[in-house]
Amino acid sequence: MNTPQRALPKLAVVKLASCDGCQLTLLNCEDELLALAGQVEIAHFLEASSVVRPGPYDLTLVEGSVTTADDALRIRRIRAESRHLVTIGACATAGGIQALRNFADVDEFRRTVYARPDYIDTLATSTPVSAHVDVDFELRGCPIDRGQLLEVITAYLAGRKPDIPDHSVCFDCKRRRTVCVTVAHGTPCLGPVTHAGCGAICPAYGRGCYGCFGPGRSANLPALIPLLRRDGMDEAAVERFLRTFNAAAFDEAAFDEEPRS
Amino acid sequence: MTHRGSRVLHVGSLSRVEGEGALHLKVRGRRVTRAQLQIYEPPRFFEAFLRGRAHTEPPDITARVCGICPVAYQMSACAAIEDACGITVHPQVQELRRLLYCGEWIESQALHIYLLHAPDFLGRDSAIDLARTHRAEVERGLRLKQSGNAVMELIGGRAIHPVNVRLGGFHRAPTRAELAPLAEQLRRAADDAWQTVRWVAGFDFPDAEVDADFLALAAPGTYAIERGTPAVLRPDGRIETFPVYDFLSRVREEQVPHSTALHARLDGRRHLTGSLARFAISGRWLSRTAVQAAREAGLGDPCAGAVCRNPFRSILVRAVEIVYAIDEALRITANYEPPEHPYVEVPPVAGTGHGATEAPRGLLYHRYLLDSAGLVADARLVPPTAQNQGAIEEDLRRIAERALAQGDVGDEELRVLAERAIRNHDPCISCSTHFLDLTVDRGAATPAVPVDPGADSSATPGQAPR
Repeated sequence: MNTPQRALPKLAVVKLASCDGCQLTLLNCEDELLALAGQVEIAHFLEASSVVRPGPYDLTLVEGSVTTADDALRIRRIRAESRHLVTIGACATAGGIQALRNFADVDEFRRTVYARPDYIDTLATSTPVSAHVDVDFELRGCPIDRGQLLEVITAYLAGRKPDIPDHSVCFDCKRRRTVCVTVAHGTPCLGPVTHAGCGAICPAYGRGCYGCFGPGRSANLPALIPLLRRDGMDEAAVERFLRTFNAAAFDEAAFDEEPRS
Repeated sequence: MTHRGSRVLHVGSLSRVEGEGALHLKVRGRRVTRAQLQIYEPPRFFEAFLRGRAHTEPPDITARVCGICPVAYQMSACAAIEDACGITVHPQVQELRRLLYCGEWIESQALHIYLLHAPDFLGRDSAIDLARTHRAEVERGLRLKQSGNAVMELIGGRAIHPVNVRLGGFHRAPTRAELAPLAEQLRRAADDAWQTVRWVAGFDFPDAEVDADFLALAAPGTYAIERGTPAVLRPDGRIETFPVYDFLSRVREEQVPHSTALHARLDGRRHLTGSLARFAISGRWLSRTAVQAAREAGLGDPCAGAVCRNPFRSILVRAVEIVYAIDEALRITANYEPPEHPYVEVPPVAGTGHGATEAPRGLLYHRYLLDSAGLVADARLVPPTAQNQGAIEEDLRRIAERALAQGDVGDEELRVLAERAIRNHDPCISCSTHFLDLTVDRGAATPAVPVDPGADSSATPGQAPR
């Protein structure tokens, strides 16, 4: 009784073009969800709640990429209502797998999927949120990592910078004591050029990293590509390997001579 | 009698569904003249960019169609491509796939029951709101959900977009010792699942009946999950099966202007896939515990062909399916022997392959055409929600009309009921895009009434508001 009513920070979770997996990651924090709900006011999270409170929001998590003219306007509105805006996942951060349209003819794509392409309203490109508005922090991954998501939320609640390491997956393999799949078995692996965060799962399961966290800070693709070729990938296979869930980001990195800063 | 005239109800952003949709109702007096489930989830063109990819890639790529049921996509993709290449996987690998799939069923059904659906029955906005008065129940739901995720994390490497699945099997098969702690967690989850059945059996269920045909896989001897033959249950009780390679000639998709999802019909009729269909078609093959749970939940005797056609009661069937999936997962872990090789090589063969498995929301069909270089020349994905859309809209119309027949219904009451009618089917909108926005249109006599703060009743179909 009579506890002073402190206004809780307002959290919004919004979705653009995506698979819902990154916002599901928040609901997958089974051990923390109810505690978190005591620390923030979940003001806008359609997947979880029918209540939609108006902005402004203290922290907005954005999932998905911009693929329609409507969403390009919407993300500006969301930015204007958000004190901090954090993108969650490869779609919001790098355009996602749907950015493969950026390398193709979107009209042909429309015709491939829909008998009446004229009903479908879409842009020719799938672009990250940062191509449209300022973003305070970009969380990588397809999908994002649960631990990293909790770190980002708690950091913003505490008013500090998120502590998210930006080294490559290789470091995490060493930390896990996973034998290098490339060195030991000649398995093509994007680990050396991929941003850490997943916990180096793929090599631990005996497969090469497929780059779902996008390029890391020191990605040196010109050095890696000859290794992929040596391990049996032809040019087309290398291109497919790089063009999946972070297609546009790896493409950019591939043509950088200097390590990315 | 404030609403005797014509009106339009539009809910611009449906909540507690997976993905983005809206709902539009047009009411004339006590008749519903139009009921639409609008899907404005932006199209992502999976079928288009799958063209030219290697035959080994669709399991990882199509998983990204849906973060809620990635395993379903991986399993249907593997089934279809292995079919094209004439490969059958080792029975132990098949069992491991079923175990992984059980994890997704447990996670997804618990998510729907506790976080999306139960708040409707208790008049709450969300599970978090529900936890203020039913904390122990919500915690139980989260524990159940977590046990499903634990299966996917162990077998698949992670719960969303697992990494361990590959064509022909798995990159790595777990050892028996690795499965032991999982069995311990599943045994505790089995209690939670029983409590869930008893809890939801106490809810109040409005009357309603789905008259659509039911479509589910059948695999006599077992409750079909990761394999089976498509089976149709007609309203008169006849069951007919057809080979999976006939799927596209039986289930035809058509495009409608109000949706980025394609609508599908089975032999020209509305059909429904998912828990209600599976229970009706495969119920007799449930485990003993799950049969007992179904009886206790008031669903009748699955061994005597019990059929549930009330979509509000689908929450009961989902709870029974969790009991079953946990039983199955425990059975598989108890009998597990690691396969000698975690996968078989699947050399590409030019040709066409078909695959269908039971996603938590219903039958998910994939078809791939491979060229002689082993590249995908053509891909077709038919997700459950696109198939269910016609039945969901009909359900929406009937449920609204029944309420209108019983007396005056305010817009807010109608909105709540309409959203419930949709949530009953656990639509996965992210999946169905090639696939939802509620508007109730009560005609020109009264101005359109926005019933949701985010709704815009003037929106034209297909350009839904947020």
